[in-house]
Amino acid sequence: MPFDWNPVFLSLKLAGVTTFVLLIVGTPIAWRLARLRHWIKQPLVSLIALPLVLPPTVLGFYLLLALGPKGPVGQIVQSLGLGTIPFTFTGLVIASVFYSLPFAVQPLQNAFESLGDRPLEAASTLRASPLDRFFTVVVPLARPGFLTAAVLAFAHTIGEFGVVLMIGGNIPGQTKVLSVAIYDHVETLEYGQAHLMSAGMLVFSFTVLLTLYAVNGRAAWAEKP
Amino acid sequence: MTGSIEARFRTSFQGGFSLDVDLDLPATGVTALFGHSGSGKTTTLRCIAGLNRAEGTLRVDGETWQDARYFLPVHRRSLAYVFQEASLFPHLSVRQNLDYGARRIPAGERRIEFGQAVDWLGLSALLDRRPTNLSGGERQRVAVARALLTSPRLLLMDEPLSALDHQSKKEILPYLEYLRDALSIPILYVTHSPDEVARLADHLVVLEAGRVLADGPLTETLARLDLPIRQDEDAGVALEARVVERDARWHLMRVAFPGGSLWIRDHGEEIGRNVRMRVLARDVSLALERHEESSILNILPATVTGSVPTDHPAVVLTQIRLGAPGSNLAPPANQNENPAWILNGTTPLISRLTARSSEALALAPGKQVWAHIKTAAVLD
Repeated sequence: MPFDWNPVFLSLKLAGVTTFVLLIVGTPIAWRLARLRHWIKQPLVSLIALPLVLPPTVLGFYLLLALGPKGPVGQIVQSLGLGTIPFTFTGLVIASVFYSLPFAVQPLQNAFESLGDRPLEAASTLRASPLDRFFTVVVPLARPGFLTAAVLAFAHTIGEFGVVLMIGGNIPGQTKVLSVAIYDHVETLEYGQAHLMSAGMLVFSFTVLLTLYAVNGRAAWAEKP
Repeated sequence: MTGSIEARFRTSFQGGFSLDVDLDLPATGVTALFGHSGSGKTTTLRCIAGLNRAEGTLRVDGETWQDARYFLPVHRRSLAYVFQEASLFPHLSVRQNLDYGARRIPAGERRIEFGQAVDWLGLSALLDRRPTNLSGGERQRVAVARALLTSPRLLLMDEPLSALDHQSKKEILPYLEYLRDALSIPILYVTHSPDEVARLADHLVVLEAGRVLADGPLTETLARLDLPIRQDEDAGVALEARVVERDARWHLMRVAFPGGSLWIRDHGEEIGRNVRMRVLARDVSLALERHEESSILNILPATVTGSVPTDHPAVVLTQIRLGAPGSNLAPPANQNENPAWILNGTTPLISRLTARSSEALALAPGKQVWAHIKTAAVLD
């Protein structure tokens, strides 16, 4: 049997799109949380961290209810004439964004918090507007945080299984991602294929983490006190 | 510069600290905001910068930066700020740090050129280095140059030397002294060091617990006996004097100031130059007679204007005024005492005496005395 590359490409595409969305959505959330001095901060942080501890099936279940044809989000989407979300690639992306949110937000929030106020204050006394400060001071100084967020979000999305199964099902070429494909192969006792994919995942994951730690370790040029 | 800086803030901050200041600061020279930690000096500076928000009004050079309904954001204020730690951007080279602010002002507002700032602060060898590869003193010099390159109308400095070791301080002070004389913009300088006040300030604001205790010209304010800046061992007055005469044979020069003049060691300054001096209270003794047969070179008529006890019951600090009107002491008998060497006005000094001497001489406000000044140090 020839090796089926479709799940691999699908996983990479899903992870890529999800990471892109997460960096755009996660950055303002992380920034707001990092600067928040209010009791509401802890509940919000906990809410975003939920996917870390929840069984993915729980998250998938509620997302299915919300996004399904009878759910609040699903009805809005349908009334706009956009069809249904579950069991589509879009549905997978939405679910993955929720599922991987803490992996993007937490490294960013940590990076923003460890910056402190001083570089921003210095930039503001040098005439930099808030947006200017963000792009010329925060982004370069928080670069390791952005890198960590992107890599973790990407890798975590590649590795997800439960949520995908709940919200995406197992439609070849559309929602059948790598982890689901491996499960399929094992179910049908195609251990050769399962081995190939699993070993590939193993090597991939290790390489990603190794690169991340190596790059971040080298980029540690924090100012000496 | 025509306008001055009017700052009135009245706010209670979280944690119980309240600030209540009303300042009218000169439009030129260095104004030191002096106080111990918790006095509100840094908070005042940050409120002027707009880094902290306090209720109040702030006008700089005729332009309103803050009032009841208006708050100009920091990045739109024509100011520059030097923090206690240099706060350079670690991801940028020295040159890029210097350019950061300079690039963000309109070309028409540029009054200080890149090369000028680099020269003033001696940075030409450092331009391609990273902040992490600089010493503390070098970093702070870059921070000062970076601030100046925004051609600000107001320069704010928050204890710029306090994070530096003694050697770095000594290295950077001459640069700051040079800037004080070269720049025509007002500098607000927060410090808790009486030494930096004496060397740099022209005007002194003393803060305590968020209130202004004193606000006035340097010499007059340093000579006040009711302020916490007076440190018993090092109590003294700093003053600006002009070199007027030179005695080449004995390597002495005469410096004149309002109400008097002193012979001091020749430091080589040209005649006509201004020098900053410090006269410590322990170097000033008082006598009722002019002792001609004394090793002390400088004996000046003065009037006692006040006295306070110190921490030690044996010691008192007495304030005297040189050149005070109504001095009925005989004019100096000998020497070529040329009255032209004495500038108009009066200058206060502090003298440290034992309580017994004070009692024996019956020193009281209005009493005419001779001040014997043992030595005066040139600070520059």
